[in-house]
Amino acid sequence: MSQQPDKPGRSKDSVANTIIVAVGVSLVCSVLVSTAAITLRPTQEANEARFRQTIVLQVAGLYDPDIPVADQFDNIEARIVNLATGEFVDDIDASTFDPIAASNDPATSTALSSSSDIASLRRRENYAPVYLVRENGSLSQVILPVRGKGLWSTLFGYLSVEPDGNTVRGLKFYEHAETPGLGDGIDRPSWQALWPGKQLTNAAGEPQIEVVRGQAPPDSTYQVDGLSGATLTGRGVQNLVRFWTGPEGFGPFLYELGNEQIAMNNRDEESL
Amino acid sequence: MSESRKVLIDPIVDNNPIMLQVLGICSALAVTTSLLPSLLMCLALTAVAAFSGAAISSIRNHIPNNIRIIVQMTIIASLVIVVDQMLKAYAFETAKQLSVFVGLIITNCIVLGRAEAYAMKNPVGMSFLDGLGNGLGYSAVLIAVAVIRELFGAGSLMGVTIFQKVSEGGWYEPNGMMLLPPSAFFIIGLLIWAVRTVRPAQIEKSEYQIHQVHRTEVL
Repeated sequence: MSQQPDKPGRSKDSVANTIIVAVGVSLVCSVLVSTAAITLRPTQEANEARFRQTIVLQVAGLYDPDIPVADQFDNIEARIVNLATGEFVDDIDASTFDPIAASNDPATSTALSSSSDIASLRRRENYAPVYLVRENGSLSQVILPVRGKGLWSTLFGYLSVEPDGNTVRGLKFYEHAETPGLGDGIDRPSWQALWPGKQLTNAAGEPQIEVVRGQAPPDSTYQVDGLSGATLTGRGVQNLVRFWTGPEGFGPFLYELGNEQIAMNNRDEESL
Repeated sequence: MSESRKVLIDPIVDNNPIMLQVLGICSALAVTTSLLPSLLMCLALTAVAAFSGAAISSIRNHIPNNIRIIVQMTIIASLVIVVDQMLKAYAFETAKQLSVFVGLIITNCIVLGRAEAYAMKNPVGMSFLDGLGNGLGYSAVLIAVAVIRELFGAGSLMGVTIFQKVSEGGWYEPNGMMLLPPSAFFIIGLLIWAVRTVRPAQIEKSEYQIHQVHRTEVL
């Protein structure tokens, strides 16, 4: 460099020195980055888990920022469901079960045919966690983990359903990489407020949820307003909700849940 | 004023990277809707600017000319990743609000600008101070903009209510435009105007002269 006439340019700019500096800098930087990543990972994972629990509490409408998340989460019962049968399984610990890891392992997951894979997941885990919320001893809502492709990324979120297995209580995402300012409107409370009260399936159990372009007709049973400028994100949300409430997702579980509710109501009527 | 003091203090007003050099505007527009994420962003950028300056300066006599930008970027990118990891571990909620902008410090013109313009030619200690000073200059503008935007846009500072909003039974009608990116443009523009009124030396000479044309003149 002209500013350093005392240093001969040749040795600094030689091929050997270029390679030495390039390799040296890369080595030092990669050691630095990996050390930071590994030493900080446990703290980050704890944060991430707490954040997911916060979202579960928020979608349930129970979140209180003044109480530690772990304490609030104690009131929520996590159970594992066999997705194919819709029945609870007791031999898997829900607190340590990782559905994403399970969906990547051929032994614990099922490949999806292209016609049923509307959420673009390729494989679906055989068992999935659900969160049961009870109020005054009776089941008040069930929270299901959902995920699926949006426009750019896989959206991860939670869907809260009434004990009838068909009425939406809320939908919230905890991770996605949709377009800032457009697709990330799925995080806006005003859009999330459109979901409660919608019906998931029709009488035949077919998922009907639809994110329409523009505005949904008022009081529509299955339709939710689209987000302007985010048609494909909206379609992704529609497809992932349909998938997870359909026969390949929690459909059998929600069906059982609805039946139980009807049976329970009948029992109550008889005892009156 | 001693040389090191000058290097540290100068970028805050006299040679501010945002106001005089108009660098690093992108993140200044994006993260300044509230004060807390802005403070975190300032901390992150100042740390990266200072440590990258020191690191690059320490090997400046060995960096071959033809790969110098790549070497600088490698060092800056590594530091940004380290900072990003630390924010995710120790300031998780606020880091989520900053989302992509911490990662974008890599492309912040201030950091690479100081590395190329200063750290490549000056000793380690001075380069560290220069990075620190420029980080502080960036921080000064960001904090000023964030205070104005959060106070008038949301009636609060650091999330604590200062002006009770009408929607919450108070008297203050928040100015929603303050929460949109254009308002940061206006505020930074006004700040530049104010500083250049106080320090006329900062006014740039125009690069052209307006030629007065008279009606009678034949071109």
